[in-house]
Amino acid sequence: MSDQVNLTVDGVRVSVAPGTTILQACEEAGAEIPRFCYHERLSVAGNCRMCLVEVEKAPKPVASCAMPVAPDMVVSTKSDSVKAAREGVMEFLLINHPLDCPICDQGGECDLQDQALGFGGDVSRFADNKRAVENKHMGPLVSTIMTRCIHCTRCVRFAQEVAGVPEIGAIGRGEDMEITTYLEASLDSEMSGNVIDLCPVGALTSRPYAFTARPWELKKTETIDVMDAVGSNIRVDTRGREAMRIMPRNHDDVNEEWLSDKSRFVWDGLNTQRLDRPYVRARKNLAPASWDDAFALIAKKLKGKGAKTAAIAGDLVCGEGQFALKALMDKLESPHVDCRQDGAKLSGPRGNYIFNTSIAGIEDADALLLIGTNPRLEAPVLNARIRKRYLMGNFPIATIGAPVELTYGAENIGAGPDTLADLLAGKYGFSDVLAKAERPMIIVGQGALTREDGDAVLAAAIELAEKSSAISDTWNGFNVLHTAAARVAGLDLGLLPGEGGLDVAGIQDAAQSGDVETVILYGADEIAGASLGDAFVIYIGSHGDRGAHRADVILPAAAYTEKQAIYVNTEGRPQMTEQAATPPGEAREDWKIFRALSEVLGLTLPFDNLAELRSAMFEVAPHFAQIDGLSESATPKAPAAKKMGKEAFAYSVTDFYFTNPIARASATMADCAKAKQQRYGETEGTGTHG
Amino acid sequence: MLRDEDRIFKNIYGLQGADLTAAKARGDWDGTGELIKKGRDWVIDEVKASGLRGRGGAGFPTGLKWSFMPKENDGRPHYLVINADESEPGTCKDRDILRHEPHKLLEGCLLAGFAMGAHACYIYVRGEFIREREAVQRAVDEAYAAGLLGKNAAGSGWDYDIYVHHGAGAYICGEETALIESLEGKKGQPRLKPPFPANMGLYGCPTTVNNVESIAVAPTICRRGGGWFSGLGRDGNTGTKLFCISGHVNNPCNVEEEMGIPLKELIEKHAGGVRGGWDNLLAVIPGGSSVPLLPKEICDTVLMDFDSLKEVQSGLGTAAVIVMDKSTDIIKAIARISHFYKHESCGQCTPCREGTGWMWRVLERMAAGEAQVKEIDMLLQVTKQIEGHTICALGDAAAWPVQGLIRHFRPLIEERLTRGPGHQEAAE
Amino acid sequence: MSVRRLHADQPSSFAFTDENVSWASGQIAKFPEGRQASAIIPLLWQAQKQEGWLSEPAIRYVADMLAMPHIRAMEVATFYTMFNLSPVGEHFVQLCGTTPCWLRGADDLKSVCRKVIGEQGDITDDGKLSWLEVECLGACVNAPMVQINDDFYEDLTAENFEQLLDDLRSGKPVATGPQNSRHGSEPEGGLTVLKGDK
Repeated sequence: MSDQVNLTVDGVRVSVAPGTTILQACEEAGAEIPRFCYHERLSVAGNCRMCLVEVEKAPKPVASCAMPVAPDMVVSTKSDSVKAAREGVMEFLLINHPLDCPICDQGGECDLQDQALGFGGDVSRFADNKRAVENKHMGPLVSTIMTRCIHCTRCVRFAQEVAGVPEIGAIGRGEDMEITTYLEASLDSEMSGNVIDLCPVGALTSRPYAFTARPWELKKTETIDVMDAVGSNIRVDTRGREAMRIMPRNHDDVNEEWLSDKSRFVWDGLNTQRLDRPYVRARKNLAPASWDDAFALIAKKLKGKGAKTAAIAGDLVCGEGQFALKALMDKLESPHVDCRQDGAKLSGPRGNYIFNTSIAGIEDADALLLIGTNPRLEAPVLNARIRKRYLMGNFPIATIGAPVELTYGAENIGAGPDTLADLLAGKYGFSDVLAKAERPMIIVGQGALTREDGDAVLAAAIELAEKSSAISDTWNGFNVLHTAAARVAGLDLGLLPGEGGLDVAGIQDAAQSGDVETVILYGADEIAGASLGDAFVIYIGSHGDRGAHRADVILPAAAYTEKQAIYVNTEGRPQMTEQAATPPGEAREDWKIFRALSEVLGLTLPFDNLAELRSAMFEVAPHFAQIDGLSESATPKAPAAKKMGKEAFAYSVTDFYFTNPIARASATMADCAKAKQQRYGETEGTGTHG
Repeated sequence: MLRDEDRIFKNIYGLQGADLTAAKARGDWDGTGELIKKGRDWVIDEVKASGLRGRGGAGFPTGLKWSFMPKENDGRPHYLVINADESEPGTCKDRDILRHEPHKLLEGCLLAGFAMGAHACYIYVRGEFIREREAVQRAVDEAYAAGLLGKNAAGSGWDYDIYVHHGAGAYICGEETALIESLEGKKGQPRLKPPFPANMGLYGCPTTVNNVESIAVAPTICRRGGGWFSGLGRDGNTGTKLFCISGHVNNPCNVEEEMGIPLKELIEKHAGGVRGGWDNLLAVIPGGSSVPLLPKEICDTVLMDFDSLKEVQSGLGTAAVIVMDKSTDIIKAIARISHFYKHESCGQCTPCREGTGWMWRVLERMAAGEAQVKEIDMLLQVTKQIEGHTICALGDAAAWPVQGLIRHFRPLIEERLTRGPGHQEAAE
Repeated sequence: MSVRRLHADQPSSFAFTDENVSWASGQIAKFPEGRQASAIIPLLWQAQKQEGWLSEPAIRYVADMLAMPHIRAMEVATFYTMFNLSPVGEHFVQLCGTTPCWLRGADDLKSVCRKVIGEQGDITDDGKLSWLEVECLGACVNAPMVQINDDFYEDLTAENFEQLLDDLRSGKPVATGPQNSRHGSEPEGGLTVLKGDK
């Protein structure tokens, strides 16, 4: 495979790797090839025929997307015959297309529209009636206008290949072929929204976004998603300060160009249930208050009781906010800080808590063990990467935990710690697989770590990694899959109990006993309100969710789309969000809240702007400065721990659509949850999920 | 005229039994094991020497096709797949082999399969041929019982299994890769080539797909020698061929004749001539619905073989001769063919999916005199937009009959369109 | 061809008879391990034979039997036109209307169908007959012809076709194949070749 293939495209000599398609070679040579069905992340269908080019000595035009290059090929993309072929195909595509661009949501970002402009004729010669196709139900996310469909089958291939849910198909044949799901069921995928991006026309469009905006009136902000710990690259489109939609951006090493449905459709949650001003609890009820009054009340409560104050950081909060919180707690001289609101038994060294292999690295692995994790729900995009690897073949996968429906073949070898222990003892066939694999991967989920014996499970998993060749000079196959976007930054910044400090469970106990008098919940919404006893609770966050309900003082903060901030994904990759909109009302960026509060408390934090904060933060965590960089993977080290328990591993995510306050505020997510419930209710026993 | 002794299919009309005993009496399964023992190359060389070109329509040299199969086995099984999905309008020759001469086919399957290193063969019979499929299955059962198939088939030392499979109504499955898709349990949508089936066919394994007639003549070629076969017909167009003569003839029939027989002789000798006499001939579609029609002037002299018909911008195709006399509304006849292609388009690729319906609709209007004269050129352009731009040959097959109509009958169409609606009977 | 859709009224379930279950495993056994999807057409066909038409539960049943996604089975069921997605008459007439048959009077046969049965897709009140125009059935030298259930009826005229339908309806025995003096595809009125053989 070393020798390059030389060929000529429109008179330009290019040299490409063997196996390259003519289309790719043409792009290399700077020749633009129109296409509809071809998509570089999907299998080649070759059905639209838009990419036809002329190849010398070939008897007829060649579909460039499907034909590999050959030495000394002479390709023409501009000849009269190519032009005629494109115009012909374009005309065929348009004869039965409704041409309803003025009322089509795809308008302005439609491949068909764009290419019709470039390659289409000016009048229609088709004198007969156009075909009308009935719309198909595809669930709460995807709206269908099937008359517009040009049968490129990208959606079919996506569902089959990437999502791993072969539920979309093309039924019928000839001009009556129609795209549908089986009996028009909603797509049982956490990634279904990607078909909207893939659809080159307006046949599959976003249902929640329908008729709300035109692309050219939206401000587009490139930022990072926080619905899970993958750190998918996204673009948030806003009009005014309202988020109108979210779309994926390509990042080959993170999300490729996919996005989970939660990340894509959560935006209505950004516009509802917002905390847009401070509140203070007066008697039973929360009443609006000014920032000054809220701060004054906090100052009164904390006066002299800094050490009796505890802080818990939540799942969606940023690095800067956590750094500021930690700095404030240090000033308060309280060691009671924890960023692990789920109680995961994770702490340093770094190799113990990040996804060392990296997401892209999954493609290099040759065996996989999943311990207490269901990546399909915990990180759908990362799960798609596992499927991608699986489809390449020779990738044995085993799971420990309750059997779940994954999107690839996996052997469930047991439910809990006993199985892990047996595996360590070499008692399963999969022990052999791990032993023989050159680059095995182990992924430990939060379900295996947020338990009493979490540290023991972690230790056993690391031991297993060490025993197999998962950890070597050239390979690090030990991975922790986080579900919280905030977590790795929190761990990196040391938001962990200090000397004599209490962890999350300890804080809750102490709050009940009165040893801790004040609890700061920084975006921590997964803590049961009752567990905090009679403590004075300060909630700093963006949404009126569980934390705010329990709070005595609410300080409104910015959501992830409303600040420029650093998040570190499960791989340990720092990425920067950008501000797509300003925080609502009186809400402020998180770090500013802590900075302002510190001043009121007389404990002024030593940074007056974001730059100062960041340079201080980079001293603690230098790798944060390497935006989008992956520091060298860190070797895990088994922590000292007691024995593992017996209880089976539970999964950390079961309610995929409701994992955080923004998602819980989203009506779209509620619709999705309902659709899923209906689907499973209705099709029970049909074997779909058997 | 071909002598009876040179006819391969002696029971094509089913006047004798199709069973093994009757087949053996006709010479089938005679020394098959010995033929195989002459080796793989010998079989392929005989077939190459015979000049046999594929009888399914495309006319690709059969021996050459077999030689594309990998010589060495890389661990993947090799497959022979028999295309018995006979669906080209006008064509009903394979049907007669399936029901009246199944043992010729089975013996051919063994020889061809052996020659390409295959131990398994699937015979894909079109779904509608239920009785024909039963007949083949009976023959397969007989052959197994007689030790002609299975382990050490026919004493050849070669293990060979034949499975009879079927479709369920889709012309496109006659396209070899669509057939493979169908055989794999999918919609019959043609695959992109490359890769070609000889490298990646059924289940991703080396596969050759052959027409029934191509395979059924192989045993006789091996027994009588490639030279015998190539001595019939003319260079590049050798051997015997089953012709199907339908339409406006006095006695429609199938007949095995020598390649290159004049069309007129074929019709007059075997089909009782054109209804109302040769001068009552309007046009002939000489090779199944896919090939362009020929007006009478050409029919007067043209020879029935691949190259002669290509010279007159048509083709031998499946050698299905559809005769139309002067009573025929030729526009309607072609419109009905266009309807066929619209109905049978798999829908996968754009030009065929959209173009076949477009052509049919325009032709229907033309037949009714309800189109504009300028639409004739537009229709011709549409055929050119389809031709050569599709994944498989169905697009071409849909375009050619329309091109043939316009090429030879433009004045008639113009006249009808000029007269306007209500005059469509004018042709009669 | 209009869009082929599932029938509005579907049975609640489908299962192969015991006999068909074992028949199905014989079909599956024709294919290499893991390639059981290859058997889908024969199995759907058998389901159709069992029920008279192909229902949605039957499609699902067969898909499950072959471990195929339901939508893939639905694609197959709607792609191949011999699958009747709605009920048909006891004697289901598929009338070839393609050019070779049309040249020799398929339109006359259609008129007979309209007269005796009704429009395409209609089932006679007694449930005995329904008809559909189909594309070339591959018996062109015996045109015009129809297929009724498993058999071809060839060399038809309006007269003998109407008689045939009447006979089928009343349960009289009928001859399959050519309805004139022919045996197969030989020319009527005497062989032109192979005359020497008995």
